[in-house]
Amino acid sequence: MMSAAIVARRTNLSESDDRVLASVFAAYTVTATLWLLFATAVGVLLAYKFGAPDFGHGAWLTFGRLRPIHTNATFYGWASLALVGTAYYVAARSSGTRLYSARLAWVGLALFNVAAVAGTVALDLGYNDGNLEYREWPWPIRLIFLAALVVTAWNLLATVARRSTQEIYLSNWYILGGVLWTCIVAIVAILPWYQYGLGQVSVSGFYMHNAVGMWFTPLALGIFYYALPKVLSRPIYSYALGVFAFWTNLVFYPIIGAHHFLFSPLPWWLQTLAIVFSVAMLVPVWGGSANFLLTMRGHMRELAHSYPLMFIFVGVVGYLVGSTQGTLEAFRSLQEVWHLTNFTVGHSHLTMYGFVTFAIWGGVYALLPLATGKAPSQVGLGLHFWMALVGSFIYVIALSIGGTVQGLDWIHGQPFIRSVIDMQPYYVWRGVGGSLMFLGHIVFAWNVWCMTHGRAGDGKPRVVLPGVAETGT
Amino acid sequence: MSKPPVNKLVLIAGGSTLVYAVLALLMGILPGIELSRTPPGAGVEPLTALQAEGRDVYVANGCSYCHTQQVRPLDQDKVFGRPSAPGDFAYATPELLGSERTGPDLTNIGARQPSAVWQFIHLYNPRAVVPESIMPAFDWLFDVVATAPAGATLVPLPDKFAPSPGVVVPTHQAEALVAYLASLKQTPLPASGHDGQTAKPGIAATATAATVDSPPDTDANDAVKGKALFAANCSACHQASGEGLPGAFPPLKGNAAVNAADPATHIRALLYGVQGVNVGGVVYPGSMPPFGAMLSDADIVAIINYERSSWGNHGTPVTAAAVAAERAKGK
Repeated sequence: MMSAAIVARRTNLSESDDRVLASVFAAYTVTATLWLLFATAVGVLLAYKFGAPDFGHGAWLTFGRLRPIHTNATFYGWASLALVGTAYYVAARSSGTRLYSARLAWVGLALFNVAAVAGTVALDLGYNDGNLEYREWPWPIRLIFLAALVVTAWNLLATVARRSTQEIYLSNWYILGGVLWTCIVAIVAILPWYQYGLGQVSVSGFYMHNAVGMWFTPLALGIFYYALPKVLSRPIYSYALGVFAFWTNLVFYPIIGAHHFLFSPLPWWLQTLAIVFSVAMLVPVWGGSANFLLTMRGHMRELAHSYPLMFIFVGVVGYLVGSTQGTLEAFRSLQEVWHLTNFTVGHSHLTMYGFVTFAIWGGVYALLPLATGKAPSQVGLGLHFWMALVGSFIYVIALSIGGTVQGLDWIHGQPFIRSVIDMQPYYVWRGVGGSLMFLGHIVFAWNVWCMTHGRAGDGKPRVVLPGVAETGT
Repeated sequence: MSKPPVNKLVLIAGGSTLVYAVLALLMGILPGIELSRTPPGAGVEPLTALQAEGRDVYVANGCSYCHTQQVRPLDQDKVFGRPSAPGDFAYATPELLGSERTGPDLTNIGARQPSAVWQFIHLYNPRAVVPESIMPAFDWLFDVVATAPAGATLVPLPDKFAPSPGVVVPTHQAEALVAYLASLKQTPLPASGHDGQTAKPGIAATATAATVDSPPDTDANDAVKGKALFAANCSACHQASGEGLPGAFPPLKGNAAVNAADPATHIRALLYGVQGVNVGGVVYPGSMPPFGAMLSDADIVAIINYERSSWGNHGTPVTAAAVAAERAKGK
């Protein structure tokens, strides 16, 4: 019955509406992919520098300038653009309507890219706004990014407002929340009046975690909630659990930022509060993960036949494991060992890569072929999946072990240089894992090409059951 | 088709955004306002113009991606200084606490490594003084000139790292950066036993983390401990070979004070530091920092005896009593 209703309302959409939506989705994905290639090429160069510090010499290639270029290009070039492109598709399709404004989407695309290019150039020239994690771009450039966010939020809101259903599908809760909250995060980061000395430290703690958890997390979860039912052709296990996770994530996440500064001179109560809510985060994380895994239950066999599903599955497991690890790291006893070591770098890759990036890939592979009618080859999907998975495994495990060794060296009172020497083998494995990940991204770029510019009907026949995914039961 | 109700959208998007705005105010802005008012600790001063310029160089080149500026109240951090206090950061905007220690903490580097010459050599190529270092070379902060202009600081590089022909002089940026590093000095906390003048040997012993796990006192263990302490505190200048760096840091190998029967000069050098020392007829203009406040008598004994028995040196071993005696005499 629901399907019939949606098929009926889909007839209100013209073919040109579909084409516009497809070209917006494709364009965001293509520019995002270019940023992924750039950011991870820089990442691989950085990884090599740990073993060969004189490799890539001179001011423009020095580690301290490329490091923020890598993180910012990953965050604001790759992940943000890819998530927004997918979010447009999800919002329009799950609302049974067309995009509110293609023009705004193009303006947003231009602004996001201008900000990322300008930010990259500025950092390489040494214009760094204080080495403050994830907000290193000079503030006028961050204003451009904020403008892109506002444009995107407006466009998505207006699209969902046009919906042909009573209900607002869960994905859109997360997507709209993500863009709107992130506008606030960006403003809090830019205004200077409460950011002096220790005050800025507390804002940094707030910002660096909220920029991740109120932006990438909700958008990636929004994609899960749409793509997973779509691929499996069955509704999400529990809509109510998804709503519950939405509100708990919203209330708990903003409080945990200070756990980045445990044992710092920040007020002890602020640190303790952050630890308490880091534990509370297990509620939305396990609730959300359980919801996805229970949706897949009984359909694990389909995993073997669907790479989009495999990507989503890894993304869900990455969300579960990465976030749970984050809670553990927040305990003082474990921070004592792991804080300031490479363990943290492993954690940030487990979450930004194992969770967010795999979620994006799952969403893109599941949805972009539906939008464009063009599919990548199974070989391309397989190569990408296994290189990315194995590469990130090697990367995360090497840095987790190495970081532990580093932390124990310090605790045992070894001369500092001992911890540098002991890291060398793990740095090599980081380079190996990173290189494999990068090769996977080249294959991904090829797959994106196939999905956007390839011949139509390349892939397997598409099974689309519109309606089931959007409405649930 | 009927228009969908707007209120649901207002509830979800507007309601959650309102909740988030309140939380951002409570967890982001209000603590920021409150903590921005933290008064400076006793003796904490704003940077001079040159030091501030140096901080800009530090930030532009992303030093804080590998170096923290926060000493935690944990044993393993004591090697970097006393625990950081809120008042230390009154003038530290942007905050450079950092999140990773690929390299050592720099909170107190101005006291731990006061030698500008060492900083210049190390910046030009870290491997010239610390062979295992993986820090990038910042040689583009230096000029290579045929002869040093009058008044310019000459960077005395070991042959292996020196350009040929020409000599190396720091640019203004390098001068500013080193001025900033020199400014990174912790001020003593009012009611703390950590500052050099009041530290008693017993307290100093618990206050140092450069101490290696103390196994039973045997000669073999002392040698191991001495070697580790030397690596942590001394080899950056005097080198693992004990040969120092020609023109910059004096050798300990064959050094008269190290081989002298009377260990007073040797002990006092570690306790109180040295300025402009003459070794083997060569005058070294730099200064060596005092270690008396950082290291216990036992640690100093271990280092001295390691130095006196290595690299072909044959100095008589010293005892903790001798170190305590020099400590009691004062500077």
